[in-house]
Amino acid sequence: MSASLTLVIVMAVMYAAGVYVMLERSLTRVLIGFLLVGNATNLLIFIMSGRPGSSPIVTGTSLDDSMVDPIPQVLMLTAIVINFGITALLLALIYRSWWLAQLGDEGDTLTDEHAAETPAEVDETFRSSSDDDDAIAESIDEFERGDGAHSDEEGTGAAAGAAAHAADAPRHAPPVVVAPKPADQDRATRPGEEGSR
Amino acid sequence: MTALVPLIVALPLLGAAIALMLGQRRRLQVIVSIMSLSAAAVMSAVLLVAVDRTGPAVVKVGGWEAPWGIVLVVDRLSAIMLLIAALMLLGVLIFAVGQGIIDGDAEAPVSIFHPTYLVLAAGLFNAFVAGDLFTMYVGFEMLLSASYVLLTLGGTGARIRVGITYIVVSLVSSLLFLSAIALIYGATGTVTLALIAERMPQLPGDVQLILGLLLLIAFGVKAAVFPMSFWLPDSYPTAPAPVTAVFAGLLTKVGVYAILRTQTLFFPENQFSVPLMVVAALTMLVGILGALAQADIKRLLSFTLVSHIGYMLFGIAIGTPLAIAATIFYVVHHITVQTTLFLAAGLIDRVGGTTSLSRLGGLLKSAPLVAILFFLGALNLGGIPPFSGFLGKIALFQAGTILGDPIIYVLIGAGALTSLLTLYALARAWNMAFWRPKKEVADFTSTMSASLVEDPQDEGIVLKKTISPLMIGATTSMLVLTLGLSVFAGPIFELTARAAANISSPSTYIDAVFPNGTGYIEGTNRGTNFEGGTE
Repeated sequence: MSASLTLVIVMAVMYAAGVYVMLERSLTRVLIGFLLVGNATNLLIFIMSGRPGSSPIVTGTSLDDSMVDPIPQVLMLTAIVINFGITALLLALIYRSWWLAQLGDEGDTLTDEHAAETPAEVDETFRSSSDDDDAIAESIDEFERGDGAHSDEEGTGAAAGAAAHAADAPRHAPPVVVAPKPADQDRATRPGEEGSR
Repeated sequence: MTALVPLIVALPLLGAAIALMLGQRRRLQVIVSIMSLSAAAVMSAVLLVAVDRTGPAVVKVGGWEAPWGIVLVVDRLSAIMLLIAALMLLGVLIFAVGQGIIDGDAEAPVSIFHPTYLVLAAGLFNAFVAGDLFTMYVGFEMLLSASYVLLTLGGTGARIRVGITYIVVSLVSSLLFLSAIALIYGATGTVTLALIAERMPQLPGDVQLILGLLLLIAFGVKAAVFPMSFWLPDSYPTAPAPVTAVFAGLLTKVGVYAILRTQTLFFPENQFSVPLMVVAALTMLVGILGALAQADIKRLLSFTLVSHIGYMLFGIAIGTPLAIAATIFYVVHHITVQTTLFLAAGLIDRVGGTTSLSRLGGLLKSAPLVAILFFLGALNLGGIPPFSGFLGKIALFQAGTILGDPIIYVLIGAGALTSLLTLYALARAWNMAFWRPKKEVADFTSTMSASLVEDPQDEGIVLKKTISPLMIGATTSMLVLTLGLSVFAGPIFELTARAAANISSPSTYIDAVFPNGTGYIEGTNRGTNFEGGTE
């Protein structure tokens, strides 16, 4: 059996690096190590197919001596799929483990920081963020229409700009502070309709 | 009849798909999973009878001939393993259903429990019927992936912590197995077990040694053989009781099955006898010494599990047909009794509120039924006559004395000592948890309990839960099965002896897969000769 020396060297380096990284404490590195060793093993299977040759597709009845052995490729393909699935599972576990390390078992039962809000406050939060979207849409419209249209709706344009700034802030921050008073009151009566005006 | 062979793998997988789709409709899920496992049990019973009468059932998947396609082979050994695995899976499933009903399914996300459990079953069956190494690897991966999910069920801190250890160890062993497959393919040009069996003896001795050791290490991790057994007592006890029971009963035995299969087929001259005997003795002694120090019943049982793997290795190491027969008998005995004991430990956890011996007491009065279940299981595991544990060990020792090497006598001594120490550990657990009155628990001092070490994960919580009749029923039927093994030990041993006769001469297996001989198979994997594969 003949094999490519390059492949053998690559495989050996991947095995060595993979085992080294796998010995680390960090789970992400363990995962990287697993991937390296897994792919090194795939290479090992590949090396076992011997010398390279033409693709093993049999047309008719003639069998060509230059064809490569297809079985290792099939084995590799299966192994790759299995490794892929396990990698996905490991990533989920690593995320879960990170989550537990950050928050502990209580992470799942953290109280909702908005639980104490009254319905009116909740309403305010949601209304203002949807307003933000409208305001952003409007300011984009305005930008596209150019400066000429700006003089017509000066008041709302300013309000839209302010609301667009508010959108950058966290959602639960009260956007009322930055929005000009008259426009804000206007919005309070007709939520979500500003863009169509 | 041969149609049953692929069906026994396909049916649980189909059941898993249906159970997954049923999602939140738990009653239907339960019905689907119980039905598919019952069907698997019936099919494996039919297979066992048929195979015992007419010889191995061989299925060429997709009609491809053996060395090129995938073959599934069920001989007597596979059929025995299939039947016992299906029965255990069914019993534990009923226990889990009972526990789920009592707990209102609050603790575990049951919608994924049933599909995962069925995938585990399919993986186990696949590993048992595999006629080539790679299909066996795929079966291993199926059951391992399912076991990763089951072990970390619910995703609590403790389970994730031990789950990661378990997963990383299992992954390493899987990669070793895969490397071994690659090297065996390189050396023999095939992954079909029967063809490897024929070509392996023609290889140079040192190549055989390397391949054999790689396989032994890969399977040894899964079977929890001594130097590679460190992960087991930490990971198993953390899972929910039914999951632990099925892991303890079946997962390590898949490793033992793989060792038994590959050793008898590939290395019929038994070259690894001496190293196997050394690790067998160490597995027995180190395992049981670990069990002596445990205050937690589940951890104690996990250590006895490791320790008793040593007996099976001992049988494989002796390698005579009688020893192989005794090993198969011992595997069957150990699967049932270990599952029963872990289920009983699950019941103790619920009626006593904890599994720590230092806080349990008076259970004989408060839960006499659980006491009987644990007591009979413990006597059986400890090897008290007339139970199957005793019979299995006697058969092993007898097979050893016939050969009569000095090292075998050392092993018989180690085995007898392990048996006594198992009895000691379990009798102490019985004394403290069941026999001693509840009121003595508070200031209990005894030389017996001086060396006990608590479970590092133990937080000292005592939380009692009710048990359902279904859980008791499932555990009792498991126990009845172990007692049945003792009562019908004669016929069962005859069956395992026939199975052993099958596998101790590889030619039976080879002839079953290649009824026309292997002469027409040319060449190896060199990419030059694979004519005949496409005819």
